[in-house]
Amino acid sequence: MNQKNNNVILEVNDLKMYFPVMRGLLRRKVADIKAVDGVSFNLKKDETLGLVGESGCGKTTIGRCILGLYRATAGNILFQDKDIAKMPEKKLREMRREIALIFQDPYSSLDPRQNAGNIVGEPLKIHQMVMNRGEYKDRVEQLFRTVGLDPSMIDRFPHEFSGGQRQRIGVARALACDPSLIICDEPISALDVSIQAQIINLLEELQDGARELSYLFIAHDLSVVRHISDRVAVMYLGHIFEICKSRELYDKPLHPYTRALLSAIPIADPFVEETRERIILKGEVPSPLNPPSGCPFHPRCFMAVPECSQSVPTLKEVIPGHEVACIRV
Amino acid sequence: MTELLKVNNLVTQFKTENGIVKAVSDVSYYLDELEIIGLVGESGCGKSVSQLSVMQLINAPGEITGGEVIFEGKDILKYAPHSPQMRAIRGARIAMIFQEPMTSLNPVLTIGQQLTEMLVLHLKMNAEAARKRAIELLGMVGIPAAEGRIDDYPHNFSGGMRQRVMIAMGLSCNPRILIADEPTTALDVTTQAQLLELMRDMVKHFRASLIIVTHNLGVVARYAKRIYIMYAGRIVESGTTKDIFSKPRHPYTIGLLKCIPRLDEEEGRKLVPIEGLPPNLINMPPTCAFLPRCSWKIDKCYKEPWPDITPVNDNHYIRCFVDTSDVNNEPKKQ
Repeated sequence: MNQKNNNVILEVNDLKMYFPVMRGLLRRKVADIKAVDGVSFNLKKDETLGLVGESGCGKTTIGRCILGLYRATAGNILFQDKDIAKMPEKKLREMRREIALIFQDPYSSLDPRQNAGNIVGEPLKIHQMVMNRGEYKDRVEQLFRTVGLDPSMIDRFPHEFSGGQRQRIGVARALACDPSLIICDEPISALDVSIQAQIINLLEELQDGARELSYLFIAHDLSVVRHISDRVAVMYLGHIFEICKSRELYDKPLHPYTRALLSAIPIADPFVEETRERIILKGEVPSPLNPPSGCPFHPRCFMAVPECSQSVPTLKEVIPGHEVACIRV
Repeated sequence: MTELLKVNNLVTQFKTENGIVKAVSDVSYYLDELEIIGLVGESGCGKSVSQLSVMQLINAPGEITGGEVIFEGKDILKYAPHSPQMRAIRGARIAMIFQEPMTSLNPVLTIGQQLTEMLVLHLKMNAEAARKRAIELLGMVGIPAAEGRIDDYPHNFSGGMRQRVMIAMGLSCNPRILIADEPTTALDVTTQAQLLELMRDMVKHFRASLIIVTHNLGVVARYAKRIYIMYAGRIVESGTTKDIFSKPRHPYTIGLLKCIPRLDEEEGRKLVPIEGLPPNLINMPPTCAFLPRCSWKIDKCYKEPWPDITPVNDNHYIRCFVDTSDVNNEPKKQ
């Protein structure tokens, strides 16, 4: 993983994002919320990496750090060999042409007072991607067609679209500047079951058709993440516990948390369900303000030994391409 | 097993400025003693409204305009919503757990006040006995040190803990039926699993039956014995869970199973989305509401109104003209 690889578009090294907690009259810093605490991974060209975990595990924070919306507390984020974490604001703006974001909620992430064409076309203007009005119009129409919307709907406003269509507008906007990386933050969790597949397929087709497009796919639904991703990273309380190929994740999960997470997700097949291992975890995810010592998972872990509370395990490559952070593996 | 609840041809409509919304049309189902059934559908298909109708919790402009709900041999729709008979059933004999534990608990009352209220009202307990029972119930649903937490307010509890309180409240009066409306949708995956297991164990302990209302096919595959699939206010397919998942017959059910990613799927599996959108429930045509999205449709579908629900096998019913088990009828690839 450390060797230089031209194929890698994004490399995150020991990323930390702490949010200070201020208390009292003088707003003194009393503690840190360690939203992301030492995360390393890389993303190859044309690859989809899934980032999965329960709420509060830091998956969205990572996405925001990569976009430079949060300035990382420590660590570096190398995008095309430039460190986003230390980039000045002006450079960041330029860089955001290359990295786009698709949001979770297609109802609140579109400006209700702008028509669909303006929403999709705005990045083109900001980044001066088009020379004149004709070119702008052509490009917006082309983007509409790319995401499966009729260009005749350009003058409509967001409320006139259904949830699935709105998310298509969000995808078109993300595609506007022809980015090489799109961060998809829970792009389908607000949609109905039968509509979700439409957006998943759209994202897959776009990647197949693009010259070069990587996705960082952030979601809590492991079945969706596994479906769309080449590799999956499982997060818990600011740490990555396991990274591996999607196939191995279901066949050979190694980390006890991954095993519990998998078993918690019911499969839509009563015959499979009859014989599946079911690990029901005790308790709930602890607060990141006051995480347990050592491995943050040890109080809930069914494999924990006393040593687990001593030190934070780091990711080790157990099988080629399969990394796990657990001393019991 | 004896039949506990039977709903016949239930119709619930909402009168709006734009027309009549037929939220629930001609819904029939039954529930046996000690049984767990699932009611599955997407948002707006009427699954929640059908359950609220059973409880007579429909407010204006909504109105239950037809059908009967036979509970323990009596049609409870004959009781007025505010009648003493209905009040004695609602919450006590048939209890309901709602989707959002954040909003369904009263934020200005303690957990203890909300829990004992039901015990005092329905079971005529005195304050002391009710409090003792409430602590016992909280302990049963897995709230640690319940005695110390009973005087806490809902905001002192996490989402999962609040839903545990809701389960305790639902079961507090030993109901015959517990209706869980999307009980775990707003919660994290591992918490979901905890609560579903808890719910199953608790209804068993209390010898109640459970209706799980959800959009999650996995949840019903794991817990329900029989399922009802709803679309546009109607039940389109019903049967045992095993039949429906192994031999789905209605085009909508077939489509649903093809469009969800599965945790154990083969690599490279393509999802087949159901094209189009769920219909608007205002001014629906008499023909099948799934017709515009259906890939199995035949000429008859356009000419005749939506068929009645008909058996295709023992205890397996669909509302469709097409015999989808016949490969000759299979839709052509576009």
